[in-house]
Amino acid sequence: MFILLQRRRSMSRIGARSLVDSNLELNSVEAAMLRACRASSSAPRASTNAVRQRGFATVQDTPVRRYGGLRDQDRIFTNAYCRHDHGIKGAKSRGDWHRTKDILLKGDNWIIQTIKDSGLRGRGGAGFPSGLKWSFMNKPNWQADKRPRYLVVNADEGEPGTCKDREIMRGDPHKLVEGCLVAGRAMNANAAYIYIRGEFYLEAQRVQQAIDEAYKEGLIGKNACGSGYDFDIYVHRGAGAYICGEETALIESIEGKQGKPRLKPPFPADVGLFGCPSTVANVETVAVAPTICRRGAPWFASFGRERNQGTKLFCISGHVNNPCVVEEEMSIPLKDLIEKHCGGVIGGWDNLLGIVPGGSSVPILPINKCSEVLMDYDSLKDAQSGLGTGAVIVMNKSTDVVAAIARFSKFYKHESCGQCTPCREGTTWMMNMMNRLVEGQAHQREIDMLLEITKQVEGRTICALGDAAAWPIQGLMRHFRPEVEARIAEFRKLNGPVMFGGKMLKDIDDRTLALPDNLGGNLVEDGDRYLKAPTPPPA
Amino acid sequence: MLRIVSTTGASTPVKTCAQRVAQGVTTASNSRLRLGKLCHAVDTKNYTTLTVFTPTASGCRSFTSSASRRAAPDITLTVDGKEVTVPAGSALIQACEAAGSPIPRMCLVEVARSPKPVASCAMPAMPGAVVFTNTPLVHEAREGVMEFLLANHPLDCPICDQGGECDLQDQSMRYGSDRTRFHEIAGKRAVENKDLGPLVKTVMNRCIQCTRCVRFANEVAGVEELGTTGRGNYMQIGMYVEKVMDSELSGNIVDLCPVGALTSKPYAFHARPWELKNTESVDVMDAVGSNIRIDSRGTTVMRIQPRTNDDVNEEWISDKTRYSYDGLRFQRLDTPLIKQGDRFVPATWEEALEAVATGLKSSGAKGDEIKAIAGQHADTESLVALKDLVNRLGSDNLGLDSARNGAAPFHGVDIRSNYLFNSTIPGLDEADVILVVGTNPRHEAAVMNSRIRRSWIHTGLEVGLIGEKVDTAYGYEHLGEGAQAVLDFVAGKGEFAKKFNGAKKPMIIVGSAVAEHADGGATFKALSKFVQANKAKMLTPEWNGFNVLQRAASHAAAYDIGFVPSAKAAATQPKFVYLLGADEVEPSSLPRDAFVVYQGHHGDLGAQLADVVLPGFAYTEKGSTWVNTEGRTQLGRGAVSAPGASREDWKIIRAISEFAGNPLPYDDILALRDRMWEISPSLIRYGVTERTSPEVALAGLAPLGTKTKDVAVSGAAFKKPISNFYQTDPISRASVTMAQCTRSFVQGKDFGMSGSDKASQASFA
Repeated sequence: MFILLQRRRSMSRIGARSLVDSNLELNSVEAAMLRACRASSSAPRASTNAVRQRGFATVQDTPVRRYGGLRDQDRIFTNAYCRHDHGIKGAKSRGDWHRTKDILLKGDNWIIQTIKDSGLRGRGGAGFPSGLKWSFMNKPNWQADKRPRYLVVNADEGEPGTCKDREIMRGDPHKLVEGCLVAGRAMNANAAYIYIRGEFYLEAQRVQQAIDEAYKEGLIGKNACGSGYDFDIYVHRGAGAYICGEETALIESIEGKQGKPRLKPPFPADVGLFGCPSTVANVETVAVAPTICRRGAPWFASFGRERNQGTKLFCISGHVNNPCVVEEEMSIPLKDLIEKHCGGVIGGWDNLLGIVPGGSSVPILPINKCSEVLMDYDSLKDAQSGLGTGAVIVMNKSTDVVAAIARFSKFYKHESCGQCTPCREGTTWMMNMMNRLVEGQAHQREIDMLLEITKQVEGRTICALGDAAAWPIQGLMRHFRPEVEARIAEFRKLNGPVMFGGKMLKDIDDRTLALPDNLGGNLVEDGDRYLKAPTPPPA
Repeated sequence: MLRIVSTTGASTPVKTCAQRVAQGVTTASNSRLRLGKLCHAVDTKNYTTLTVFTPTASGCRSFTSSASRRAAPDITLTVDGKEVTVPAGSALIQACEAAGSPIPRMCLVEVARSPKPVASCAMPAMPGAVVFTNTPLVHEAREGVMEFLLANHPLDCPICDQGGECDLQDQSMRYGSDRTRFHEIAGKRAVENKDLGPLVKTVMNRCIQCTRCVRFANEVAGVEELGTTGRGNYMQIGMYVEKVMDSELSGNIVDLCPVGALTSKPYAFHARPWELKNTESVDVMDAVGSNIRIDSRGTTVMRIQPRTNDDVNEEWISDKTRYSYDGLRFQRLDTPLIKQGDRFVPATWEEALEAVATGLKSSGAKGDEIKAIAGQHADTESLVALKDLVNRLGSDNLGLDSARNGAAPFHGVDIRSNYLFNSTIPGLDEADVILVVGTNPRHEAAVMNSRIRRSWIHTGLEVGLIGEKVDTAYGYEHLGEGAQAVLDFVAGKGEFAKKFNGAKKPMIIVGSAVAEHADGGATFKALSKFVQANKAKMLTPEWNGFNVLQRAASHAAAYDIGFVPSAKAAATQPKFVYLLGADEVEPSSLPRDAFVVYQGHHGDLGAQLADVVLPGFAYTEKGSTWVNTEGRTQLGRGAVSAPGASREDWKIIRAISEFAGNPLPYDDILALRDRMWEISPSLIRYGVTERTSPEVALAGLAPLGTKTKDVAVSGAAFKKPISNFYQTDPISRASVTMAQCTRSFVQGKDFGMSGSDKASQASFA
């Protein structure tokens, strides 16, 4: 472990400066250096990855590529651990703001094409292709629209388990500021609003410091970097509501209203912040843009599987020996990620119960799936979960998984904005049911009812909070249903029959009155034998 | 007397809500909180909630405004297999309705190639879309949303006043599941009730958080204190602090509430909707002529509700219109009374009419010494009959009971446009600068005021006000208190005058009180000169920007038929005075020895002065004609029978004419309306306004500029004529509810449930 940290400490020095500008006009020396570096970065992978087998067929198997093990010189966030100066001096020494003017002068189409070619997908959770999203701002004849245009950076990092944007804003705020400029140029925005979560005090301070420094050096503001392009950046601090991380709620919040998501269409690219064309992007997405532009789309695209390219900050928390935020190649196997960077699961891999691979909104995966999934959008989607924000929550066998998911439910109940009925009422209902399931105070049939309720919330709301509240419960029931059933049976054994809604049959005051059928009190279940009428005394 | 009745021009075209949207006019009527249609989530979606970007920063004051939409060709799409064509910019819900597929509150529909059901009230209709409203997915989605709506809704329909007319009840019957699955031991949400004053009762447990009331209060009524606190299931509707909802439009939130969370406090536990007889009628509490529906049971008016008329009141009515009906039960005159000594003695009609005839004879009144004064609630039929009678008796001495003792108003009544609201009420939406002189529209025409506010919010309308400073619910520039400010404005002094001159559709609203003010002559003179000088903008065939805002329901009709004294008659000391519901009359203006007859429905001020009292009908009891401030003639209908021996007003006058030996020539209402047609055809053309042509309007204004002598301006401030909105006429003065409102809103005394531990249980009702 210690060695690993050592390695990471040294990475920034050898890092980016020599690699930076592959796509800009290079002088021959730089180009030669770059080629050398590239060769060195790809050579070891080729040699280790190709596992050759002999077969009867003459056709050779394509070599199985293994992902992960991002090399230090390929890291984008070289100060994610705040070991170095986060100010402009340190940032410049790590390669930020290097020939940004040239990137800007390449123009919007070039930047967007580069981002498209790099295969970058939104790092906020939904994974929408960023280049495509940014290109929505530049519709044909967009110049005719005299409205101002905005880039909105979503730094309202509220997803439980996620702490990657925080590290970027603390350690590499200039990457974000420069990213705003580059992304802003790509979408011809006039200004960027960085919406920082209210709890992130230090982060807001550092970003503001970076903005101030950049203004002072003329990197942003009027004639940013001397490119002739005007661009302003504002910081807006939120007040801590999770829902304000939803893009349209975030826009509402900046406008000074209650953070309640808007219906789409119209999409923000048509009518967004202050009624103007806007694009909301995650901090990480924006912050990687300058590096992609410098080092070239093929470099970025060389990481990860097809359609899941790039590097990504993963935040691993929970029952691992070394919880950390680490930049890794996309498509790294989940097990590798945990073994390599987190010192493994506490108590060993076999002690693993399940992993929530992408923040609290995505369904949990049991150990057998955890051993085989790759950390990318498609693999996790195939495993009926999601990459989300890349927040890996590891739970070993000491975890009460039902209680954990019930806690998620409580979170979503608390954070539902209340605008849409299914979410407002559904999250409360689901939380109440989950709280009962922790004890087992429920009827077996209520599990399916709970699943049905999650299905009635999912997809019936304006934003994805309803979905996010439903998925963890669905994941729990998909993989841990026996556990839930066992609790119900246990509770029933100890306390007698439970009716729907958690009411005990024994609490019915007057048992001589007929009990309505829809309360579930009349349903006899396995294990209820002791409730049967006592055998008549022998004649 | 010269009578010119303009018949040029047709009625103003009625614009539909959708057309307004299509034209890019952002009006609250497209945001109007449509009853029946409410989204499964919140209504915010029912209208385009997006903030508009206006290049000129001054143009927009909105907190929520709508993106304007460009006019575009119609689009065609398929709904349930039917092809429909709707204007571009319509929501899917409009297309579904056009195709005959009604959409409930849970407005989810299925759209081909859309993975999840779509909220039809917010989704714009797209060309070629294939929409289904009747698929298993849609049914399941609706049932699911309904289940959630009911999860935290108490099952107290049997004791809920909304029962029988509840959106949620209807839709749960139609779309909901037949039984509940919600049995949580954690229970349902419980929310503390709020005290919003004596009009609106709250049962907040029933709230489904649609926030219609909040939007109405913020966008229409101008009560920005009504809002939401908390989030999600903890969200509560309230005034943020313990405070009553002080607005003259507050009763409308009762109509808007789709459930029983907001109900009418005076009506609480009094009736069920299916017991009530509905009568469509017209309101007389102000001169707007709001369309109302009188709900009655037996002989009692149980409540009054608005009726939609987009040209007049849209779907709102003021609290006085809605809640003063209990005044119809108190202080009523139900038998003829004759004064003997210092007390009134009940009499038969025969005796009373005989007493009137004898009084007329014994007073020795001749010619103009016979005076008739009409009050606010005099209907057109009885005004015509009374004028005919008085004229037949040789007198021209006819007046209204407002100030200046029934003298002829300064603006004259020869040309209709001199005393009407010529721009019409929908015209308020088009004006870009409004000058208000000597009136508080919020109290004199509360429903119209909401239109001004809407324009002010959405279109950047500029308002200037001359007169006493008042809270109008929108911002205005205060130009001065009295007539001097009018002269300055006409002279072009000040910023506002410049703005006004630069306006495309400028509008002047002169309050009816100005015609009663000492400086009224000078004011009308200055304004008429101004209008003539600016006729290119103020007086075109499309736009007449000169308006007089009447505040009493009878006045426009009275001026229409010429119910004003001649100059000679006005100077004559009357010996016989006939008060037709005249309760605002100054007692000292009646000579001590004059014989006074009062005809009316309430024992208010006027009846005290009388020698003979003749009981008439209130507006809910008679079918009569009302002309509103725009000159729009509307027919009221009787909903209930009148108490005791009271008689219909024009019939009483007809009977007196017989006793006075000069019978009027009409025996039934049809003959009387024929007579009204003779006087002015507009009096029997219902529901429309007739535009006066610019030439005629100018001819009407010209004498005001020349005839009036140059009198020194006294400089006295234009006082607002209504100091207490809730008590302005005999009915509202007799109303207990209006008295409570006066205590609560005007005097600011605590009323109702705050400090509920002290209040008796009854005050929760």
